[in-house]
Amino acid sequence: MDADATPLLAVRDLTIALPVGGRMVNIIDSVSFTLGAREILGIVGESGSGKSMTALALMGLIDAPGARITGSARFKGRELVGLPQRAFRTLRGREIAMIFQDPMTAFTPVYTVGWQIDEQIRAHGRVTRKDARARTIRLLGDMGVPDPARVADRYPHQLSGGLRQRAMIAMALSCNPSLLIADEPTTALDVTVQAQILDLLRRLRREYGSSVLLITHDMGVVAETCDRTMVLYSGTIAERGPTGAVFARPGHPYTAALLDSIPPLHGARPARLPSIPGSPPAPADRPAGCPFTPRCAYAHDACAVRPPLLPRGVQDIACVLPAEGRDLPARCVTV
Amino acid sequence: MAMAILRRLGQTLFVLFGISVLVFLVFFATPGADPTARIAGRNASPQTIARVRVEYGFDRPLPVQYVRMMEKLFVTRDLTSYVNRGEKVVPEVFQAAPVTVSLVTGAAAIWVLAAVAMGTLAAALRGTWVDRGLMMLGLVGISIPVFWLGQVANLLTQSRYHDSWLFSWVPGLGYVPFTQDPLGWFRALVIPWITLAVLFVGIYSRVLRADLVAVRGEDFMRTARAKGLSPARVLLFHGLRTSMITFVSLFGLDFAQLVGGGALLTEVVFGLQGVGRLTYQALGNLDLPLIMATVMYSAVFVVIANAVVDMLYLLLDPRVRDGRA
Repeated sequence: MDADATPLLAVRDLTIALPVGGRMVNIIDSVSFTLGAREILGIVGESGSGKSMTALALMGLIDAPGARITGSARFKGRELVGLPQRAFRTLRGREIAMIFQDPMTAFTPVYTVGWQIDEQIRAHGRVTRKDARARTIRLLGDMGVPDPARVADRYPHQLSGGLRQRAMIAMALSCNPSLLIADEPTTALDVTVQAQILDLLRRLRREYGSSVLLITHDMGVVAETCDRTMVLYSGTIAERGPTGAVFARPGHPYTAALLDSIPPLHGARPARLPSIPGSPPAPADRPAGCPFTPRCAYAHDACAVRPPLLPRGVQDIACVLPAEGRDLPARCVTV
Repeated sequence: MAMAILRRLGQTLFVLFGISVLVFLVFFATPGADPTARIAGRNASPQTIARVRVEYGFDRPLPVQYVRMMEKLFVTRDLTSYVNRGEKVVPEVFQAAPVTVSLVTGAAAIWVLAAVAMGTLAAALRGTWVDRGLMMLGLVGISIPVFWLGQVANLLTQSRYHDSWLFSWVPGLGYVPFTQDPLGWFRALVIPWITLAVLFVGIYSRVLRADLVAVRGEDFMRTARAKGLSPARVLLFHGLRTSMITFVSLFGLDFAQLVGGGALLTEVVFGLQGVGRLTYQALGNLDLPLIMATVMYSAVFVVIANAVVDMLYLLLDPRVRDGRA
């Protein structure tokens, strides 16, 4: 991929530690990935796997007392880890924008949607009130909002979830950011609206040239939208690679288990969808070896040592199975 | 929105009617007590009692008595105090009201400004010594009894240091009408204002700080930061603006009860002939018509103030405007 030559975002060994009960616990442990221009990267994982933490770290929005962020995250060649807040502020909203899970609560309830989009436009450039509003209305129209001039004058609570999320995306795109972080943008929406929003996200890179970091727990969303996929488990990378490859030939038992929990489109439906037994360990009690061991059907002695992330074909997999020559069965999924 | 305001006004009238009935029943239909004797006062002559009975219609059914009483209060305004040698009650209240309103409004302006400044500053510098210092100061303000503070202020400004350059401008105790001498009005009231405001500055700054700290965790605050706004703008335009909704509801209650006579202690200490002091005197010599009038006055004021707060809500919170919250 030519984008790899000068990636828009290169994250290396990003580690986020928070003080828990008097000692530092790694919430995110040595996560590395790159994101090319106009690329959509999906970060998948259960709640608590550290997806949102990663996003907030890239936005410089982690302000938990005592948080320690190490490693490196270079955005357009600029180091984000340790960047002072003042410098972050010029990046936020202009270069890196973010849309959040719940559009219901993500807008300030006492201002109109248009006012809030105008505010972001005017925060990053000398724009008159009138010009800002004109741009706001154009953006809302681009996002497929019907009658954008009227919607701009409405308060968040007067809009439906889908409209609100479109307005949110319009706001995020208002300063033409090169990176858009979407943290579970469709989770709070119903399925038809979900499809429209995903469609919108795919269009963005064509029309706005933005790269997208899509954070989700929904494998279906990833399959539909992302060029590449990164599966996080318990703050570490389980597997990453091109979406098609990951879905066709998952290398990590966790990825395979996630895929198994999607109802198949063809053939007989199972009476009960398989689910992964147990729940992910709390950051403070992660096992020393592979964190997935307690829930893994393939767990054996070799799992007591944490497996490194090793390439296997086009994928990178943090599991001992490929090295032992025991690949997981391929799946007949076409993406 | 116009509809909402009209509806609110209708409710206000209804509530006022209910209160007047209640106040009337409490004072004049309490079983076992003859209102005639109470209005006529202690040791009244049989002639006075007979006159009162006819004048107020106490020999007729209750609804008639109620209408008579309301007529005397609101229409003819000739409710007379027999205890106080035929003093007309309603003008008395109307004379006292501007004093109380002046006192409370000035104090309210001070406490709102000071509390917003202190609360916002403390929330912005959360965890620093500035925050801790301001909140301690607030706690001290809450703990000081207003009558003591008033007496100390009087001691300093009226006697001890009155002749020094610092307090020589302070006039003697009492009220100066604004229409007569605006500067004198201000001079006479500025120390009572501050005295009355201290307690509320303490309460409001602490409440506002807690609210601002709580609002920091809201999603929309994170959005505001993600937009690249400056911390000051996030705090003021998104945090403070939202916190104002709680602030205003609290303010409406306190303001109304103070204007309704709750500033009694401050009025007594500073020799201001306000409604609180009037009620206090009426209670002292069991002046039933005067008590009735002041109670009605404060009830009216509390209800009106509540209606005003509700209108402010309409302005502050678009969700209320649509009748959803």
